[in-house]
Amino acid sequence: MDSVANIILYFVVAICIVVFSVMTVISRKILRAATYLLFVLLGSAVFYFQLGYEFLGAVQIAVYAGGIMVLFVFSILLTRRPDDKAPLLDSHRRAIGISVSVIGAVLLILAVATMPLIDGKSLTTVLSEGPDVTMAQIGYLFTGSGKFQYLLPFEAISVLLLACIIGGVTVARKR
Amino acid sequence: MDLTMLWYLVPSIIMFAAGVYGFCTRKNMIALLLSLELMLNAADLNFVVFNRFLFPDMFEGMVFTLFAIAIAAAETAIAIAIIINIYREVGNTDINSVKQMKF
Repeated sequence: MDSVANIILYFVVAICIVVFSVMTVISRKILRAATYLLFVLLGSAVFYFQLGYEFLGAVQIAVYAGGIMVLFVFSILLTRRPDDKAPLLDSHRRAIGISVSVIGAVLLILAVATMPLIDGKSLTTVLSEGPDVTMAQIGYLFTGSGKFQYLLPFEAISVLLLACIIGGVTVARKR
Repeated sequence: MDLTMLWYLVPSIIMFAAGVYGFCTRKNMIALLLSLELMLNAADLNFVVFNRFLFPDMFEGMVFTLFAIAIAAAETAIAIAIIINIYREVGNTDINSVKQMKF
């Protein structure tokens, strides 16, 4: 049995995520679409906090909401005027989009509803079953090469980010 | 009433479907990238939910989501650099105006 506060929080955030993710793809002003996407990302950060992954929620807010969204807003303002509207969709394209996404969503919901792994445990139960995700635990995960430790991917990510910095400067510089 | 795994998977499915719709219908490259971020975020949420509800004593879903967030940041930075470069060459960011790999 979950607490009423958890259930209310879930419904507020879930409705936020559903409404804003649909608004992101149907809004004709792209700067508004970027703002709606920001709300979706913050909503999933709240889900991470609710599921007990505080570090992950903080990373989601710092990297996605703080970093990637600023990049998006920069590039939108560099390439368009803010009051530009996207042209209306032709019905052919919209029909393709709606049919693909609705068929996909229905198939996914069918698959999830018949999934044998679902055993109906509540959030409070699983939160009490697992250990707390402490910073010491996260540090242990990323600084070793033993079983269930991830030093090599961690270092590969740092090289990838360096390559990404150099690549970004090289691609976007003025010639 | 219990918050089971299904409750967390449904918003993620709708987020993914919205991303697919946007990817099929949008013409602006930056809007395509926004839809891509929606789909990526839905996948991240699924990793975390499966980790918490099916294997509460493990951390693999969380670790994978952390790596996915880092890679998404790198991918977005490079994609936006390419889009700005295309804007300098072509004058807009419409996906139909890019037909050749080299100008």
